Amino acid sequence: MIKVKVQGLQKSFGDLEVLKGIDLEVKEGEVVCLIGPSGSGKSTFLRCLNRLEEISGGTVIVDDNDLTAKGSNINKIRENIGMVFQQFNLFPHLNALENIMLAPVDRKKMTKAKAREKAQTLLSTVGLEEKALEYPANLSGGQQQRVAIARALAMEPDIMLFDEPTSALDPEMVGEVLEVMKKLAADGMTMVVVTHEMGFAREVADRVIFMDGGYIVEEGTPEEVFGNPQNKRTQDFLNKVL
Amino acid sequence: MNKLSNFIEYATGILPQLFMGLSLTLRMTILSLFLALIIGVFSCMLTISKIKVLNVFSGIYLSLIRGTPLMVQAVFIYFAIPTVLKITIATFDAAVIVLCLNAGAYLSEIFRSGIMAVNKGQMEAARSLGLPYGVAMRKIVLPQAFRIVIPSIVNQFIITLKDTAILSTIGCGELMRQGNLIVSRNFRGFETYAIIGAMYYVVIVILTKVGQIIERRLANDKG
Repeated sequence: MIKVKVQGLQKSFGDLEVLKGIDLEVKEGEVVCLIGPSGSGKSTFLRCLNRLEEISGGTVIVDDNDLTAKGSNINKIRENIGMVFQQFNLFPHLNALENIMLAPVDRKKMTKAKAREKAQTLLSTVGLEEKALEYPANLSGGQQQRVAIARALAMEPDIMLFDEPTSALDPEMVGEVLEVMKKLAADGMTMVVVTHEMGFAREVADRVIFMDGGYIVEEGTPEEVFGNPQNKRTQDFLNKVL
Repeated sequence: MNKLSNFIEYATGILPQLFMGLSLTLRMTILSLFLALIIGVFSCMLTISKIKVLNVFSGIYLSLIRGTPLMVQAVFIYFAIPTVLKITIATFDAAVIVLCLNAGAYLSEIFRSGIMAVNKGQMEAARSLGLPYGVAMRKIVLPQAFRIVIPSIVNQFIITLKDTAILSTIGCGELMRQGNLIVSRNFRGFETYAIIGAMYYVVIVILTKVGQIIERRLANDKG
């Protein structure tokens, strides 16, 4: 089943055209990693998938919901698309538990008791059950990002978007976040991941997409893209980062 | 020693009248600040709205208030408008209207700066969970903005409290006015104004302390 279907996606900021026509399909349970140099449009593309960026042209269909259609309820659609940010963006005035409980209580009208129980379970999934009552300021970057993943999972989304989830982390904390993501992928979550972690992409991705200059330049299995890149720009990029 | 007991005797004599004035000052301040908070939130909503017409409304309001002295606003509302409309307005009402319009404009800008100071990612994270704009604003952005602007709000409270003294011009019987009345009777300006200054000072120091306590308590909450 197709979870995400993007056709001719364009995005401009004023005169600057960042995405110049992107076509992509993501199947259920697939893990797609987007790689490419900075400024290639990967993050913008990801943010178009839940319309955090307004879409300038083309269509984005997530779970049969057309994001660009008039009258589409974007809030309802977003409930089904979890997102994890580079800067974690935990709510600093709420503790870890409250961060996770907020959306289910407010949107799904879950009772507080039930949401709390669920949040506790999610915290143990990401290995942070003992940090439930800590505020974000008292957590390390890696711990914050794991809480952020738990927060996104609390809405039981079908799809998870990751926007460079480990780029703001100290090197020793990258592993713990990637571990959680690997577990998630193994559980069959549909994931689109913008990343600079080539090791992760190689190991976990079902498909790797190389973007440059607002286009998808090359895509394929990790073996194809990393092992035998066809395009000159892909080769140059991989030579620099590997 | 004689001078001191003299002063104490004088002070005890005028204190009842001054306390009457102080009580009016405080009632004026509290009422106008309460209204100013409402006006400020409302005006701030107009300012940050994506609808251009609304921006224009709050823009005019803010520039008029910031562009004219409080004293001019006071005489305009107390003397000028009632003359044209052929109505009368009580000094207390006029004073409260002027003060709340004035403080409302400044609070509006204080609120806006607080909202701007909250990281953009907070709104994005909230929206990505499916929260509508209004809910994200109320539950995520505003609580953080509020913490940021508490010192500025306390500061505005103090300014408004002191601005009440200017309204003695329109004959409102607040603390400063009571002092002026006493001095015009007995010409004992030094003692009288010293006592008045001390009264303002004490109230403001208390207000500042309360502000600090609130700030500290919120900071502790955060963990």
